Amino acid sequence: MNAPDNLSRWRTEGSSRVPFWAYTDAQLYQRELERIFYGAHWCYVGLEAEIPNTGDYKLSHVGERQVIMVRDRVAPKDRGTDPGIRVVENRCAHRGVRFCQEPHGTARSFVCPYHQWTYKLNGDLAGLPFKDGVKDGECTNGGMPADFNLQAHGLTKLRVATLHGLVFATFSDQTEPLEEYLGPQILPWLNRIFQRPDGPAKLTLLGYNRQRIPGNWKLMMENIKDPYHPGLLHTWFVTFGLWRADQKSRMVMDAQGRHAVMVSRRNDGGENAAVTQGVTSFKANMALNDNRLLDVTPEPWWTIADPAHPGQSITPTVTMITLFPSLIIQQQVNSLSTRHIVPRGEGCFDFVWTHFGFADDTPEMTQRRLRQANLFGPAGFVSADDGEVIEFSQDGFRQWSGDGNESGATLCELGGTGTEATEHMVTETLIRSMYAYWKKVMAV
Amino acid sequence: MDLATLLLQHEVDQLNARYAAALDEKRYNDWPEFFVEDAFYKVQARENFDRQLPLALIALESKGMMKDRVYGITQTIYHGPYYMRHVVSPAMVMEQDDGVVRAQANYAVFRTKPGSVSEVYNVGRYIDELVREDGVLRLRQRCCVYDSEMVLNSLIYPI
Repeated sequence: MNAPDNLSRWRTEGSSRVPFWAYTDAQLYQRELERIFYGAHWCYVGLEAEIPNTGDYKLSHVGERQVIMVRDRVAPKDRGTDPGIRVVENRCAHRGVRFCQEPHGTARSFVCPYHQWTYKLNGDLAGLPFKDGVKDGECTNGGMPADFNLQAHGLTKLRVATLHGLVFATFSDQTEPLEEYLGPQILPWLNRIFQRPDGPAKLTLLGYNRQRIPGNWKLMMENIKDPYHPGLLHTWFVTFGLWRADQKSRMVMDAQGRHAVMVSRRNDGGENAAVTQGVTSFKANMALNDNRLLDVTPEPWWTIADPAHPGQSITPTVTMITLFPSLIIQQQVNSLSTRHIVPRGEGCFDFVWTHFGFADDTPEMTQRRLRQANLFGPAGFVSADDGEVIEFSQDGFRQWSGDGNESGATLCELGGTGTEATEHMVTETLIRSMYAYWKKVMAV
Repeated sequence: MDLATLLLQHEVDQLNARYAAALDEKRYNDWPEFFVEDAFYKVQARENFDRQLPLALIALESKGMMKDRVYGITQTIYHGPYYMRHVVSPAMVMEQDDGVVRAQANYAVFRTKPGSVSEVYNVGRYIDELVREDGVLRLRQRCCVYDSEMVLNSLIYPI
């Protein structure tokens, strides 16, 4: 907005000091859209379970561009290899109209209301009125030029990749295959949630929560790459031992440092001077009036062969997965959700929570997941304050003085300045690793 | 319309007025007292309600959980302070059977943060079930189904 030209220079070594302009510069944000959201990255658009039947669709976003995720007809011979999920841009090839207005539904084809251009579910232009003109006696009036080619005027089709029922799309033809993009360090943690011995876990949709957060989109990614704050900001986490620094934990990242998993195992909570002394959010005598809010029941899939220690198993109670740039996958005890970041300018993003369970859940387990949803989302006992501190962070960044990085940068040096994986949570390494990657992509 | 119907209408409207006043005046400890012991309180996006998706923004299944929420908003959930102002429509009292009164009312909640303008915060309807306890009408169930497609960052206090 008001960034001088010399701003787009990251003057300090490494990635442990993030300049405030990384969050407030509107021109830089446009470059983020081009290089990150519309560039060679896979962006989350939804779950296959949201569109179970042929013709089912829902609106979603890749960056600021609205897209339609739809289940196309698939010939019987292709059904083994093609799940039929297509993602097309919600913008008519004729006059640019955002033609689809219902947020979800079932369609046989897509028709732009303005001039009735009609598209197949896969985005191909099927036809348009008066293409060959209108006959008036001997002559034909108007019509499209003789060389008009239907095939050249379809909707923008994004490349689509699915993994375990998660649907990703990219505008770029340079993006590597999805599994390579995610990397071997991250995949075991996705398999843990979404894969069962007999195949992919069948998901059930529990519903949505949506919030508009007045902060830069990266702050949300950072929030879930930051194991430092949960045991300090969130009373419930430190008091009930859901996330705090004396737990057995691991910080995992992919080779490029852009994706991450924060893995941890809850403890009994209560006092431990090393992590509770002087922590005002710790409430030693807090007891719930109704314990059903924290009725945690371990699930068999929590235990997996430890990807880092062959021959051993590991049973985390929480895995928080950040898939750059726009998806967070949450497993915190029995609560499961995807959280989708939809950027809206440099100072705002929409945050869409999709809670899910599994088709083989008992009614009791479904109710437990729904109860524990009280901890999360825009009103959550835990997550509501994340949105608040993100807003106040952005407010602080707007106060940057422009007198160099000393007074105009965040400081992320817990655990040093390196970007390595760790076997504890007393570190900001995942934030540093994301910015090391971001710097490279953004060429700042 | 007979007198009993009019009186019931008046009673429901008065309950809603007192409920709104308790929240707007930040008397949060009074809020669970509008409910019976095993009452259900839910704040749910209309899209979930209409599609019969069970997820809610807040879903509390007892007065105890409501007290836990009050502890949360007063002691544990860090948030920027704000005022609420509820404007509640006259209730539509729908039916009364087995001692259960069913009623609905529209609401609009405005939010005002320190140093800021007032914003339309959450708009929806109350879908209620009320019962008489010791002669006093109390909520057995209140579902706040909101139209607002986006929560303005966070929603801390009950609606």
